[in-house]
Amino acid sequence: MPTIHFVHPDNRSESVDADIGNGAMRAALAHGLDGILAECGGSAVCATCHVYVDEAWLAKLKPVGADEDELLDGTASERLPNGRLSCQIEMTSELDGLVLRLPERQT
Amino acid sequence: MSAMGSPQATGSNSSGGRPPAAIPHLAIDPFSIAFFDDPFPAHQALRDAGPVVYLETWNVYGVARYAEVHAVLNDPATFCSGRGVGLSDFAKETPWRPPSLILEADPPAHTRTRAVLSKVLSPTVMKQLRQHFTAVADATIDGLLARGSFDAVVELAEAYPLSVFPDALGLRPEGRQHLLPYAGLVFNAFGPPNELRQSAIARSAPHQAYIAEQCQRENLAAGGFGACIHAFADTGDITDKEAPLLVRSLLSAGLDTTVYGIGAAVYCLARYPDQLARLRADPTLARNAFEEAIRLESPVQTFFRTTTRAVDIGGSEVGEGEKVLMFLGAANRDPRRWAEPDSYDITRKTSGHVGFGSGIHMCVGQLVARLEGEAVLSAIARKVASIAISGPVTRRYNNTLRGLETLPITLTAA
Repeated sequence: MPTIHFVHPDNRSESVDADIGNGAMRAALAHGLDGILAECGGSAVCATCHVYVDEAWLAKLKPVGADEDELLDGTASERLPNGRLSCQIEMTSELDGLVLRLPERQT
Repeated sequence: MSAMGSPQATGSNSSGGRPPAAIPHLAIDPFSIAFFDDPFPAHQALRDAGPVVYLETWNVYGVARYAEVHAVLNDPATFCSGRGVGLSDFAKETPWRPPSLILEADPPAHTRTRAVLSKVLSPTVMKQLRQHFTAVADATIDGLLARGSFDAVVELAEAYPLSVFPDALGLRPEGRQHLLPYAGLVFNAFGPPNELRQSAIARSAPHQAYIAEQCQRENLAAGGFGACIHAFADTGDITDKEAPLLVRSLLSAGLDTTVYGIGAAVYCLARYPDQLARLRADPTLARNAFEEAIRLESPVQTFFRTTTRAVDIGGSEVGEGEKVLMFLGAANRDPRRWAEPDSYDITRKTSGHVGFGSGIHMCVGQLVARLEGEAVLSAIARKVASIAISGPVTRRYNNTLRGLETLPITLTAA
């Protein structure tokens, strides 16, 4: 079971176990993590599960899809080159230890 | 999702040699006035009877537990929308109006139209609307505070969306009085051929004529959602004939739903003064306070799907071509999913509720709804000290929507 380290804006880190095949967002919700809202529950509508992927992990992720790309333009916190929607990051065993930084705001 | 809760394709060995579980037959009519007056005991009976039930009144299957409702919503290949999301089966009956190109469509056709409306109603577009929607909500609450006592259904739940949404769409000023009756008609028409549906359709001609006219490109102001939809005909994403029908989707589902949603939220805050106090202490909770009201009251109570093949639901087989009624409101209060499901808690983690549906058909206008709800509740949080119910609260009956006809309240200023 891969572990994701979510880093809050105040640099506090929370580690969460994730199910392989599920989006990283699911693991955050299952853990009750503050900072991931996921208003649409993973239906790719809302852009409120925004994260910044730690640079060391960026190349290991599948590229941003067209729908995700458009949604990322609407995030409440600034879109950065390493910005992703955590519902679209499908967890694999290779992503064990993934570091995702949380934005200041989701809405 | 547990294996029990996930519909599985039915094969010869799908039940592992065990006979399929008998499906409980219930006499509950979820489209009756008695049900609308107090659906909660019936919701519990529907959930407790089993993962899938058979409703004898209308000869349809029903799912009311969260796990099954969520699973059905997220398996559109098995539970299709193209045969209608009401009781009427479009494979057997002529629809009362030309079917929706998005709500009553399946992939791949749905994928294309959905992409267009998703762009028109995207998070980026919401950012541009936020300041205006917030300013209008503030002015609305200021005006209502000056009056003190009023009917919150007409003066707030209806007045606020009417003051922002038709303009955002780019509608002409004339004829807007048809909007709420048309939406009421659409949502009644998903129900069975009862008095509510039949009388709504019988009175529908002038409302339908207005809508058809208003969906045409020349009647939609530049810069609005409607004109944006038509612009996608220029790029070839949709055809000239499809554009008006997609505008119709916003006119059908974009106004009445937010009226019921805002009404639900105000009704919750009026009944739970402790939650109003928490909201006042932290106005950033406004958005979640609205979301929690959507979960608790579930303004859209039900939708149907139609099975495209025989399928196992919770150990019982449902055949092909069967209507399955999803009880969204019952799922949103299922104690198997929610702690203290009947309480209004504005700090609850609401993600996953099915008040806006789930999956590929999840409400495409949910961001507009949340923007409106947040704007109104944020204004209340900052300006209102108390909300008192000051007269008889009465219910408005609709085959799909749950909400109030009257909600007399008295506000005191903060």
